[in-house]
Amino acid sequence: MSNFEYAPAPESRAVVSIDPVYGLFINGKFVPGKTHFPAINPATGEKLSKITQASATDVNKAVAAARGVYSKTWSKMPPAERAKYLYRIARILQERAREFAVLETLDNGKPIRESRDIDIPLVAAHFFYHAGWADKLQYAGFGTQPKAHGVVGAIIPWNFPLLMLAWKVAPALATGNTVVLKPAETTSLTALLFAQVCQQAELPAGVVNIVTGDGKVGAALVNHPDVDKIAFTGSTDVGKIIARSVAHSGKSVTLELGGKGANIVFEDAAIDEAVEGIVNGIFFNQGHVCCAGSRLLVQEGIHDELLEKLKRRMGQIRLGDPLDKNTDIGAINSADQLAKIKALTDVGLREGGESWSPDCVLPDKGFWFAPTIFTGVTQAHRIAREEIFGPVLSVLTFRTPQEAMEKANNTPFGLSAGIWSEKGSRILWASKHLQAGVIWANTFNKFDPTSPFGGYKESGWGREGGRHGLGAYLKGDDHE
Amino acid sequence: MSNRIDVKKTYKLFINGQFPRSESGRVYEIKSGKDFLANPAQASRKDLRDAVTAARSAHTGWANATAYNRGQILYRIAEMLEGRSSQFVEEICALEKSTSAQAKAQVSQAIDRWVWYAGWADKIATTFGATNPVAGPYYNFTIPEPMGVVGILAPEKPSLLGLVESLAPVLVSGNTAVLVASQSAPLTAITFAEVLATSDLPSGVCNILTGIKEELAPWMASHMDINAMDISGAAKKIQPALREAGADNLKRIFSFNEKVSTQRMVSFLEAKTIWHTIGI
Repeated sequence: MSNFEYAPAPESRAVVSIDPVYGLFINGKFVPGKTHFPAINPATGEKLSKITQASATDVNKAVAAARGVYSKTWSKMPPAERAKYLYRIARILQERAREFAVLETLDNGKPIRESRDIDIPLVAAHFFYHAGWADKLQYAGFGTQPKAHGVVGAIIPWNFPLLMLAWKVAPALATGNTVVLKPAETTSLTALLFAQVCQQAELPAGVVNIVTGDGKVGAALVNHPDVDKIAFTGSTDVGKIIARSVAHSGKSVTLELGGKGANIVFEDAAIDEAVEGIVNGIFFNQGHVCCAGSRLLVQEGIHDELLEKLKRRMGQIRLGDPLDKNTDIGAINSADQLAKIKALTDVGLREGGESWSPDCVLPDKGFWFAPTIFTGVTQAHRIAREEIFGPVLSVLTFRTPQEAMEKANNTPFGLSAGIWSEKGSRILWASKHLQAGVIWANTFNKFDPTSPFGGYKESGWGREGGRHGLGAYLKGDDHE
Repeated sequence: MSNRIDVKKTYKLFINGQFPRSESGRVYEIKSGKDFLANPAQASRKDLRDAVTAARSAHTGWANATAYNRGQILYRIAEMLEGRSSQFVEEICALEKSTSAQAKAQVSQAIDRWVWYAGWADKIATTFGATNPVAGPYYNFTIPEPMGVVGILAPEKPSLLGLVESLAPVLVSGNTAVLVASQSAPLTAITFAEVLATSDLPSGVCNILTGIKEELAPWMASHMDINAMDISGAAKKIQPALREAGADNLKRIFSFNEKVSTQRMVSFLEAKTIWHTIGI
């Protein structure tokens, strides 16, 4: 197809220095751990470092540090002073943005184009946005004297490691809480680099603590009696376990969980734009996106034309070295996740779906999955119902707008949806009927700190970002 | 005339705008002191499921009614309540150890609260929505929407005021409700249902069950087609188990301390955020 070959354009790794082993970040210091597990570059299988598996005792120490500084310092500090720490953090993140982007790409496998242009700029923006809220909380609509919960336990996923940290830590600190954060097991490195940012910003020791490890560490946080609030992003299955765990403790909880977003293309849509939006909706970040547009709903009349254009466009997608600036699709984050994607796509084939991928050479080492679309999919197929969390799109059709709404809403999830149409009234009509917390009209996968994000139904509890997101971290006059 | 035998009322359930007996045929006895007062229906799990079906069917219409229309219908209910005041007072005096003055005060307060919430209908989106200044060429706004079907365990006492304080904030935004009335003082709830039946509230928007709260509450909590619950009226000791059962479909479950607050409305809203490209 291409007349010109792309020359390799790798981003330099020289900007990062990775320690051979990392401890936990507790009370402002790195504390050596006893047992470790490897941090792996999913694009090569290379061992990047060793990460500490935190014990229950470590979690206790981290919570005690967070409680101590909350009681003694952080809760008494004038909010305008608190704000300045967040501004400092935002600025340092901007200064060290390239370092964070390269490290995120190494540890997560996402293309440098995304870590550099989307993840890290949004991280800085989140801290900058929330810094400004710190001394204006009485205007946020949660009563005249909203108060912090105290110690927040934050548990985050591996798909946007530093961005999810920012979504939790920035509002938690702005509202006057302290934090114990558990990064995902496969992506701890940028969180540990963030710990250094906290040190550079001279954030009081204990305001942010980072405990690395597997799900047991998260469970210890959820069940810790001195943690007041849990903020979790992850799977719906784990979200339900957390919801049951806190039923008896009365902890405040927000949950950002799974999705099976419908991306709906009406026959009057601008087809070329819609094709770009479909590609962005499902192949952004290898499809490791809870709000991915993983179900394409196409109006019948344009199905053939759209599929042809989509396939042609998918033929242009560049899969490979995540550090290459021209790469569109990077590595699958882990062997486990790759196995899950393969298992579900195998089911898709067995249930009668037809899969198609462009010609695409997968690298020998690391974890890779080619961008894939499934046609001949019905509502009953598992690949149309379950979250695959990979670069796999299920294509379904509809005849009437009403049918599109019924199909789009026929899921226990309710996180995101996309609408492609050139008719304003149709877009607003569909927006009204779609049961989803975030709706993108003639765009997809856009994020902003001012814009609330979160789901209906089994996609979670609460919102993150915007005025609405602050509420999760505050006890207002009206709150319990 | 003084020897006239009065015509007593059979207190039944209120499901989908109708007044059925419990499909189980069960009733339970309510006494005022030592004197028999009534045999209200003791709702079953099947009755609860029928009520949820009715509430789900009614939801789209109620949620998509204009806010102005919802506000008018709710205000109409207040007018009907006012006309029934003396009956509520009698029922409260009989069951809540209230003096007539206390009962009258409860009824007045209940009606006034209802009017307060009715007026919120067309102010919720303005007050609790947002336009968001995202960094890009997009128009971005957040609108509050009703969650869907809300299960309510109404407080035991004060029976009418408690019902109003839990029901009004749920209905005003466009949710539909299945409410389990005060078990010990259920009569005002059924009289309230008669008010709803003679107002313009569409059938199924509010369904009222009487019966044993501890029997109905776990079924409500585990029902997969209920989106949210107000469990303020449940005994504290059963609340954790209800929250646990509700996790199966990640029900939003709340227990409120404040009797009246905007939070009681906001808790039953979902924020929907819409992005649209700006361009020519």
